Amino acid sequence: MGVVAYVAKRFGLYLAVLFIGLTITFLLPRLMPINPVDGYIGQIQSRASGTLTPEAIAEMRRNLEELYGLKGDLLTQYLSYLKRVVIDFDFGPSFTYYPQSVSTMIVTALPWTLGLLLTATVIAWLLGNMVGLVAGYFHKRKAASILEFVGILLYPIPYYILAVTVLLTLAYIFPIFPLSPTFPVGQMTPEKVGMIIYNSLLPAITLVLAGFGWNILSMKALAVATAEEPYVTYARLKGASNWTRMTRYVFRNALLPQVTALALSLGMVFNGALLTEIIFSYPGIGLIMRTAATGGDYNVLYGAITLSILAVATAGLVIDLIYPLLDPRIRRK
Amino acid sequence: MSIDTKDADPVELVIAPSPAVAERRSGSNLLWLLNPRLAVGLVILAVMGLGSFILPVFAPADPSIQATYMRNLPMSGVHWLGTNALGQDIFWFLVFAVRNSLALGIVVACGVTLVASVIGLSAGYIGGRFERLVMLIVDTFITIPLLPILIILGALIRGNTSFFTVGLIIIIFGWAWDARTVRSMALSLREREFINMARFSGANTFDILAKEILPYVSAYILVGFINTVLFAINTEATLAVIGLSKVEVPTLGSIIFWALSYNALFTGHYPWIVGPIVATVTLFLGLFLTSTGFNQAFASKRGVS
Repeated sequence: MGVVAYVAKRFGLYLAVLFIGLTITFLLPRLMPINPVDGYIGQIQSRASGTLTPEAIAEMRRNLEELYGLKGDLLTQYLSYLKRVVIDFDFGPSFTYYPQSVSTMIVTALPWTLGLLLTATVIAWLLGNMVGLVAGYFHKRKAASILEFVGILLYPIPYYILAVTVLLTLAYIFPIFPLSPTFPVGQMTPEKVGMIIYNSLLPAITLVLAGFGWNILSMKALAVATAEEPYVTYARLKGASNWTRMTRYVFRNALLPQVTALALSLGMVFNGALLTEIIFSYPGIGLIMRTAATGGDYNVLYGAITLSILAVATAGLVIDLIYPLLDPRIRRK
Repeated sequence: MSIDTKDADPVELVIAPSPAVAERRSGSNLLWLLNPRLAVGLVILAVMGLGSFILPVFAPADPSIQATYMRNLPMSGVHWLGTNALGQDIFWFLVFAVRNSLALGIVVACGVTLVASVIGLSAGYIGGRFERLVMLIVDTFITIPLLPILIILGALIRGNTSFFTVGLIIIIFGWAWDARTVRSMALSLREREFINMARFSGANTFDILAKEILPYVSAYILVGFINTVLFAINTEATLAVIGLSKVEVPTLGSIIFWALSYNALFTGHYPWIVGPIVATVTLFLGLFLTSTGFNQAFASKRGVS
């Protein structure tokens, strides 16, 4: 299987994931016993304090169904949904912030989420793997068990607990960071950028801590296994130094499953990022989703989830496309 | 004993056994299973499990009812952790929360284990086009971020749902990871020599399933089960923290939801927020130690890795 076959196969999976993901997003609300249009009409009616005539309501229902793509039978809806989402990237208007379009809202929030998520994931991955490598390579020493213990302690702790604990310690007990962060909008000046970074540190610390434990544990297990391989023994007999063996022999080989693991765990990492944003009021996709969920703004929700699936699937694709660069076996086979 | 790092499932390797463990005797007693991790994990689980299921019998009042006591009482002999801003006893709320979360976790884990085992085993054994299709769906479910879907569902059904509907939804979207593990297990079992050996010795399919495969698989299923309990409690709590689960039911998440929405952080109401944090960390640590401990024990018993 050469690179071309590998890429083609991976790309096929990518398209399939997107397709199934979009289909689930389409079907979910339609399988639910609750009709969002009823909810909207109810809200409008209560605002108009019951002065609406039945004809006006019927007219409104028609308009809303048109607006939110609920017209026609399921297949027609599905096709027009796919067309709207895939070709026009249009999710209709937001209900709460009408007539602002959902796409605009999401595009505004996306850089925030991506910036935080990418930085935190890369730091957690690098840091966790380095610690795990050292702990695994020297696994017979006492210090290694301490490092592993840190991993065991951190890994099972859920994101929300980490977030609240970080908030409690670093913003309340030791008031280094603000309890309720502010994120300036509009034209960026150096001070504003500095303020954003300062305010983003708490959510970033949470995300790094959460990703850290897993990477320590899995890298340690891999490094222990790899260090016993015959080629590592051979390198030692050849006279390669400890450092060379650890980095060029053990790390190089243990790296590959770690890259795969990163691609597989992206969905979870993304979940954690959404939650962290919500708890820290960080203005990303997570916060938008939370606001939309509370206000019953379904268009925004569907836009955000479609984008989440797209983002996670694409990130996985990119990682998997980098993979052949790291693994010569795929290139040479 | 070389592990091909390319094909190794990273997920399994994590919880996996350190390879250099000698085979121990497998006597009739179960003591061989005990290693430090498992022991600590089981003790934590036993204390929290028994405590949370037995103590509610002695509860002076249903802690989910608001305004039972004076609000914001400090810690005392009567109210061990004080009362919260809703007039509920924090200690009893916490006990009920641990019980409900554990119960939900166990129910969900039963469902997930069942679905994952059926799908994973059938994909692994049948193979071919069926397997490719199933794995495509499994990979999709793994890739799709779960939380946004849960947020939509939570927004749609909020208020009109029972606590266990939340569990059902977690089952529907949570089986994929386990199915992946079970399938890779089935794949490797299909090729194992001891299965062929048993077949050549004249054992029928049922014997092979019951005597050869089940003991081997049960260890993984148990470990997977515990991990799913962890996952389910975590997912429900996550939903509850952002207010999209049934927050009136005490769970490890809803207690933090109430504490956050009544600004326990700002008002310095420590027991309300620190109590659930300590309880959650302890419970999760117990579950995690038990699952990795079991894994270690089974790996050393099998003598394979």
